[in-house]
This record gives sequence, structure tokens and C-alpha cells, in this order.
Amino acid sequence: MSKLTEIKSELAPRFSVSQFEFNSAFGDDVLVVPKSDIFQVLQFLRDSGKFDFLIDVCGVHYPQRQKPFDVVYHLFNSKDASRLRVKVPLAEGESIPSALPLWKGADWFEREAFDMFGIRFDGHPNLRKILTHHQFAGHPLRKDYEADRQQHCTETLPIHFDHDGATRGDVLNERYMPINLGPSHPAMHGTLRVMAELDGETVVRAACEIGYLHRCFEKMAETHPYNQVIPYTDRLNYCSAPMNNVGYCKTVEKLLGVEIPARAQAMRVILCELSRIIDHIIAVGTGGVDLGALTSFFHLFTYREKVYTLFEKLCGARLTVSMTRIGGMAQDAPEGWFDDVMVFVKEMRQGIDEISQLMLGNKIFIKRTQGIAPVKAADAIAWGYTGPLLRASGVGLDLRKSKPYYGYEGLEFDIPVGTNGDIYDRYLVRIEEMRQSCRIIEQVCRSVPGGDYTIRDKGIVLPEKKDVYGNIEGLMNHFMLVIKGLRPPVGEVYDATEAANGELGFYLVSDGSANPYRLKVRPPCFAIYQSFPTVVKGWQVADAIATVASMNVIAGELDR
Amino acid sequence: MITGTQRHDDMSRSFALTTRLDAIIAWGQKNALWPMPYGTACCGIELMSVMGPKYDLARFGAEVVRFSPRQSDLLLVAGTITEKMAPVLVRIYRQMLEPKFVISMGACASSGGFYRAYHVLQGCDKVIPVDVYVPGCPPTPEAVLDGVMLLQRMIQKRTPRPWKDNWKAPDYE
Repeated sequence: MSKLTEIKSELAPRFSVSQFEFNSAFGDDVLVVPKSDIFQVLQFLRDSGKFDFLIDVCGVHYPQRQKPFDVVYHLFNSKDASRLRVKVPLAEGESIPSALPLWKGADWFEREAFDMFGIRFDGHPNLRKILTHHQFAGHPLRKDYEADRQQHCTETLPIHFDHDGATRGDVLNERYMPINLGPSHPAMHGTLRVMAELDGETVVRAACEIGYLHRCFEKMAETHPYNQVIPYTDRLNYCSAPMNNVGYCKTVEKLLGVEIPARAQAMRVILCELSRIIDHIIAVGTGGVDLGALTSFFHLFTYREKVYTLFEKLCGARLTVSMTRIGGMAQDAPEGWFDDVMVFVKEMRQGIDEISQLMLGNKIFIKRTQGIAPVKAADAIAWGYTGPLLRASGVGLDLRKSKPYYGYEGLEFDIPVGTNGDIYDRYLVRIEEMRQSCRIIEQVCRSVPGGDYTIRDKGIVLPEKKDVYGNIEGLMNHFMLVIKGLRPPVGEVYDATEAANGELGFYLVSDGSANPYRLKVRPPCFAIYQSFPTVVKGWQVADAIATVASMNVIAGELDR
Repeated sequence: MITGTQRHDDMSRSFALTTRLDAIIAWGQKNALWPMPYGTACCGIELMSVMGPKYDLARFGAEVVRFSPRQSDLLLVAGTITEKMAPVLVRIYRQMLEPKFVISMGACASSGGFYRAYHVLQGCDKVIPVDVYVPGCPPTPEAVLDGVMLLQRMIQKRTPRPWKDNWKAPDYE
């Protein structure tokens, strides 16, 4: 019995399931629920242990429909790695109960759906704009909003807590001192902004303002053909760009129903693991800087440069590689590249040992991080934590093990798990993951499969240049694909990969045209960072800074 | 046989030089740029490489990274500036003391790049005056070093900067 029929039989006595829709398409289970039942259904699915994670909440706009909006929930079960998509159609002006009482992690996702589509969530305590600026009028991801209609922002937002920017709440009372960190601040990464109210050095309450790097990724994806979206994905988590390429292409390939060749899979795994290493290098290196240790940054950056050199050899770009194409890779690896990777891995292993002695064994580092701002496993799940932070809290969930792809099932590697969920454990997990990535790369490099680096479906992949210029068939296929575009079937899929920060998911809706109809990114650090005000409450300002660093919040994927 | 005057001349050449005051000030300025890295996005990561051990901006006298606009004279805008960020950037620029210079690093900072989008400022020169544009997405560290060297030459030659002289702050705040 499939999971969906099991759910159906259990829902039947409790709800009038005749109004529900159950279907399975492209390997995803979908449940369509009317608005009146959604909260109870979600509650049942959570309490019966069917699904413990709320991975994502988002909206989709179908202006032609009578009920033009869909609110889409993605649920996940960490035991058997099964997923369920729950959809609720909504009419214009209708509201829907907030899922916040069930999962704390729904908070920012619902705010984003409100910001982008104007969908109202009843019972949400702080339903206001999150990504666009406070003077922005309208809801940009609605289909009637033009992608390039800019609206200028002429004033900065004052310090505010739960209230609107205009009403400053009870800030500036006599006892507490409000301070503003960011969006341009030495201790803040990228464009994050934290507003905190302090009692002496202790954080009484904090609030995050994000969206300072909202580059409209999702709108850009809707206005570009499938393959042209790939460079945009590079710039989501730019610390580990190839992973985003892989995640996106894997999603489109799932919709197309194609399996990429073994060689392309191996190359993708190597790229992903190299990216995981360099992403953790940034996290650990700059984490050290935030604690006052500059050496770790300089030392680790030498290794990052070595990976850049490998990427340059592979494709010519250092940071934003755009190396994958839908259906495989853009080109084959040059001769001797895999040997270069092996040489690097050997050096990296030594580097990891050095850095772990330098940091994890350092008395100051231990004092600053051990036992600071811990997150319990249950809280981490409720917030929607994934990746190293979830594992640091003691939940051994990794998509490479629980739902393996690209041959991870045949590789030997361990999933490091922490115990306390404090800052120290997070670095411990990251450094151990770098070691495991080295192991994976070595195994893959030792036996790289031969064969082609991409599929050769003429409706998906452009022919090679020698064919385009050399024979009429190649020229025609090239012409047809460029003019007509890559057109996947009508439908929708959700697919996720284990990125350096956690589960990087893409929810793709296709209407059969050459551009994605809707592409929702589920960025790992979006779910993680929303817990920040709660996590740092009662800790000191310096601990809050260390916490931001350990969360490795990358503004590119946070704000998109 | 060295006469007394000649000997004094040689001596003075070994420890002193004659120059114009503005030239030596320019020489000092160009070799002691204190950058404020305004890294907002991907370019910020490449900027780390520029500062890092391999490319090492210190070789050009610009290693003293200051995150306070009051202490820096070179604003390195590295990354996309969104509409939400624009007023913040203007404020940071106005807080910097004269003389001050701006390098716009990368396509996004220079023109909005491939984000012709509803929330992205189409180039930071819409709100602040920019001296050097470095192309690339992101630019290679070599390109950034080239941009810094270009700025150094501009400072040395006292190149007129009408874009800065005629700049009017947007009527914010």
C-alpha cells in the first residue's frame, strides 16, 4: 500500500475526504484540501507521526482560475524520507489559518507568501512584509506584476521589533538599550540586520530584518528559459555555487523524467562535495574571524583558492561556475582533472587536521562556543532546521543517506552527529563533514565511469558545436531547441538535495512553456535564521554574533 | 676630488628629495587607501579572495580594511545593491570623510547586472558617484587589483572627477 492510500484511509473517518483530491504525479504525492480543513489535516498529519517536518510553505498564482491562489505546504518525514505536498486553493481576498501553532518554522515562510502574493494567514502574530522594502506597493510574484517594475526606497527602516516600522513599539524605554547591527556592520555577514534590545550585555529581545539582498530570483526564473535560470541559481548560495546548479537541474530532470549518465553523476558528486568543503571553509573561517581569530580565515582561504583553481581548470570560472546543464554537464572534465582533485584532497586532509587543532582544540574557542545558545532536537525540527545545524542538535538526518541520489548509496561515508546543538557542535560537525567529503571524493575519483557527460536527447540538450557547424542535422536540432526552447511536460515537482547548509529544495511548476511557471526555492538558512531571535534570547551580544556565524546564513539564498 | 658643495648635494640626495606638496600627498594617498568592503553578495566572496593570502591587496597598500566609514577612504561596493539597500549605501557614503573614492566591483554594482528586476537598483551610480567600475560576474581578483591600480593612477595624476564634484545626494531622509 502506498503512503498516499494509507493516508487516505486514515483521513477517511475523520474528514469528508470526498472533497479532497489525492494524486501522484512525477513521483510526488499530492493532497488537495479545502481551506476549511487545512489546519486539522496538518495537525493530524503531524500528530499521527506521518510527517514531522514542515519543509516549505509557498504560494502560486493562477490568474485564470476561479480560485487564483494555491498555498502549498511541503511535508517531510525524517524516518522514511517520504514527502507530501498539501495544496489549498484560495480565492482572492480569502485567508487561511496559519500553521504557526503546529510548526514554529512556518513563521517566515508565511510572511514570504504574504509579501509575494498577498495571501493572508489568520492567527499569524506578525504578518508583514519580509523581503521587499517597506515602501514597496503590491505583490511582486503575482503574474500581473511586471518583473522590471522597480519602486524606489527612500528611507531606511528604523529599529523595530514585532511591530510595523512606523510604530516603534516600546523600544527606547529607560531600562534597556536598543542597538542596531547591520545591514552594514563589521560583525554581520553580508547584508543581515539584527536589532537587539540589551540589558547591559544581555539580549532581552532581538529581531531580524532581511531582504537587503532580495534579487527577485523567483521572478527572474519565471522570465527566463530553463537553461538560462542556471546562472541565477549560482548566485543563491554563492559560497557553494555548483550545489545550487545541481539541485536545480536535478529538479528539472525529475520533471522531464530523464536519468543523467553515470559520468555526469560522478562529476556532479565531486563538484558537490568540493563545494561542501569550500562552503564549510567559509563557515569555519569567518566563524573564527567573528570570535577574533583571523588566522583561521587566512589559513583556510589558501585551500579555497585551490578549489577555485580546480573549478577554473574545469570550466574557466572561479566562483559562479554554471557547470551543469539540464541533462548532464556543460562539458567533459579536462584530461588529468580527476588526478588534480585527488592531489587536492590529500592536501585538504592535512589542512582539516591543522584547522581542527587550531580551532577545536583552542581554549578560547572552546570557552566562547561550548554550551552557548544550544538548540534542542525537538526545537530544531519544529523550526525546520536541516543540514549541519540539525545534525549538531543530534538528529542524524542527511538526504544523501536517507534518500540517496547520484550513487551516494554505494559510497562509504558517515554522518557526523552532535549532542548539544551548541555552537561548538556545529563547527565540530562541519569539520567532520569536510573529512567525510574528502572520503567521498576519493572513492568517486578512483573509479570515474566512462561514457558521455550528458544525455543526447535533441529536445533537451544542444548538440555539440562540431555538429552544429559540421552537419545539417546538428544545425537544425540546435536551431529548433534555441527557438522552441526546452519544454518540460505540464506538471509540478519538488526535489531536494543535501546542500552544505541543509536541504536545498526546488518546487517547480511547469505550464508546458519554455520558461518555468513558478520556481520556489526552499533555502536551508531561511528556516534556520528565523529562529535566531529565540535562540539568542538571554545570551550576550558577543554570543549572538557567534551564533549568526555558526548558522552560516548566506544572504543570497536567504533573500533570493 | 669632491668639492664641499658636491658632497653636500650627494648627501642630501641620499636622504631627501624635492617635490611638490600635492604630489607627495597624492603619493601618500594612493599608497594608503583604507578600503571599506561593502560586500553584499557573491562579489563579497571574491573580495575575500582579493584580501586573502593568494592575491593579497596589502601589496598595494590597501590592506587596512575598515568597517567603519569614518575611518576609510575607499568604498568598495562589492555586490548587488537592492532598492532596500540603497538608502543605507548613501548614508554610508555620506559618513565617509574626504577625500573619498568609490570602486564598483562587478556587474550588479555597476549596472544591476542580469537582475533587471523589481527590487534591484540598476547600478550603485544611481545614488553615489563611482570612480572605477570593475566588470565581471564576479570579477576575478586580478581585475579588482587592476581596478585598484587604476584608481591609484587617477589619484597620482589628480584626474578631474566631475561625477563626484557634481554629485547631489538623493533627497533622502
